[in-house]
Amino acid sequence: MDISTIKQNWFGNVKGDILAGTVVALALIPEAIAFSIIAGVDPMVGLYASFCIAVVIAFVGGRPGMISAATGAMALLMITLVADHGLQYLLAATILTGVIQIVMGVFKLARFMKFIPRSVMIGFVNALAILIFTSQLPHFVGESWPMYAMVIGALAIIYILPRFTKVVPAPLVAIVVITIIAIYAGSGVRTVGDMGELTQALPVFLLPSIPLNFETLAIIFPYALALSIVGLLESFLTAQIVDDMTDTESNKNKEAKGQGIANIVSGFFGGMAGCAMIGQSVINVKSGGSGRLSALTAGVFLMVLIMVFNDLLVQIPMAALVGVMIMVSIGTFDWNSLKTLHLMPRTDAIVLIVTVGTVVYTHDLSKGVLAGVVLSAIFFAAKISKVHVKAIMVEGSKKKKVYKVTGQLFFASVTDFVASFDFKEDVDYVELDFSQAHLWDDSAVGAIDKIVLKYKENKTDVAVIGLDQESSDLIEKRAVYNKSDAKLANH
Amino acid sequence: MFNNILLASDGSDHAIRAAEKALSLANGNPKAEIKVVYVVDGTKSKADVLHNWNSIDVDRSRKEKLTLTEQKLKHANINYEIKILHGEPGPSIVKYANENNMDVCVIGSRGLNSLQEMVLGSVSHKVAKRAKCPVMIVK
Repeated sequence: MDISTIKQNWFGNVKGDILAGTVVALALIPEAIAFSIIAGVDPMVGLYASFCIAVVIAFVGGRPGMISAATGAMALLMITLVADHGLQYLLAATILTGVIQIVMGVFKLARFMKFIPRSVMIGFVNALAILIFTSQLPHFVGESWPMYAMVIGALAIIYILPRFTKVVPAPLVAIVVITIIAIYAGSGVRTVGDMGELTQALPVFLLPSIPLNFETLAIIFPYALALSIVGLLESFLTAQIVDDMTDTESNKNKEAKGQGIANIVSGFFGGMAGCAMIGQSVINVKSGGSGRLSALTAGVFLMVLIMVFNDLLVQIPMAALVGVMIMVSIGTFDWNSLKTLHLMPRTDAIVLIVTVGTVVYTHDLSKGVLAGVVLSAIFFAAKISKVHVKAIMVEGSKKKKVYKVTGQLFFASVTDFVASFDFKEDVDYVELDFSQAHLWDDSAVGAIDKIVLKYKENKTDVAVIGLDQESSDLIEKRAVYNKSDAKLANH
Repeated sequence: MFNNILLASDGSDHAIRAAEKALSLANGNPKAEIKVVYVVDGTKSKADVLHNWNSIDVDRSRKEKLTLTEQKLKHANINYEIKILHGEPGPSIVKYANENNMDVCVIGSRGLNSLQEMVLGSVSHKVAKRAKCPVMIVK
């Protein structure tokens, strides 16, 4: 990359980037705290992560204008790891996640993104929205009306305020207003302070205090793998959205490596794993941010806010954060898919529902994506495994029949294909025309072998014609019928 | 004479009625050219990226929304060009109209968004207030 591009990426839009970065920093605070609480860690872990990731991505990310920080998708994957093994294992898993993501970036795995069907991606965001929403429900248990009123109040501010002003992010205003009310009314509702300790200190570099052995690796590896897949999936999806919003291209493999580096840094500085955020990136671009400077501003300004308002953070009522998370979940859910579900191809709708169902059942986004991808692969195989065989009798001195085969011959289609022939029919000569077909594997070759040899058993001559280059190479290598045939011809 | 006509469209019924009015403005004027402007905002971007396999599909699905408008323009034999802009609908249309010295903006009074319908098509309001050229709001 040459100097002028770097300059453009950093300083092409200074005013817009600094303004948008400031807005994003303000909008990040409530989410970073709430996602920490979902993961079951101290709010500082999410705030440090958001600072580290936003700042590092500003330098090494592949998509200028995209905002990365602590996210709900990642937080949801960490719950059991934190509950069973504690924060130190989470930090180690975060570092390992970064390493895996760098490896994925080096091997250019972004190109496999195109194999993930859109119904799986829609299922992914919908499941994420549902999980964020359900993760808020426990906060209502054992609460009384002041808490409910605060949640409703927060939501009212979030949705009504933007009609009058969009200068300050509405969720932040909601948090501030509800906190002030809670402090002055002395309502005694649960606050962030009740969920964990907030320490006022800059993040420091430290190694996770865990035993460095195989047992540790066995614990953290499955989590790290799920985190790296989900992180990259959401980052690539966000990058596509930012690409579309800004009408520019971005380097997805560079982004994968960047996400990896950011997570490694986050892990060493006491932060949890994160990824790109759809909501925040949209806010950033809408507020006029498009360069690397906006992510840097967001990170740095976030740190300043944490240092300055540290004492106040502990007093934020949980009710306000619950309101923000409900807003995030409503914003994440793809409402279009509900409207168009009955219009989608039946198989797409099933894949979507299975993806969502798997995630809601297992609480693991990566399992839902896996289930969705496997199911759509099966549906795809089923769809292209329809092979059409058309028989034409050719009049002449000999009774000749031509079979025209149309479709893809592979393991899933051969059974029906072979069944469509009647080997005992009364003909002298059979021609199999494969000019509209393609052979993919051993099963296809085996099927042709079987058909030809069966006809021969019944004293019917068979010719195989019209194979394309790849298919005839396969026949040459693997088929039996033509070899014995060649022998017979020599005799 | 209105030579450079901006037609703001999102493919809704209101926008199609606006297209008819834009056509009657251009009718009989061989110099008239209609710029069909379709604005994609953040929410739309997210939905379109999610519901399509790749950027080629996204592009095609957006152009598809304007097919009916396009047919009308072709049928009337009027020069036209389709522009897909990114950003907030109101400001983007105003910016395009002012920067490209449009002679008139034609816009439907209500779009597809039900929330915005409550404030009677705030996009057309913004355009009417801030565009430097005459604005025709089609009911």
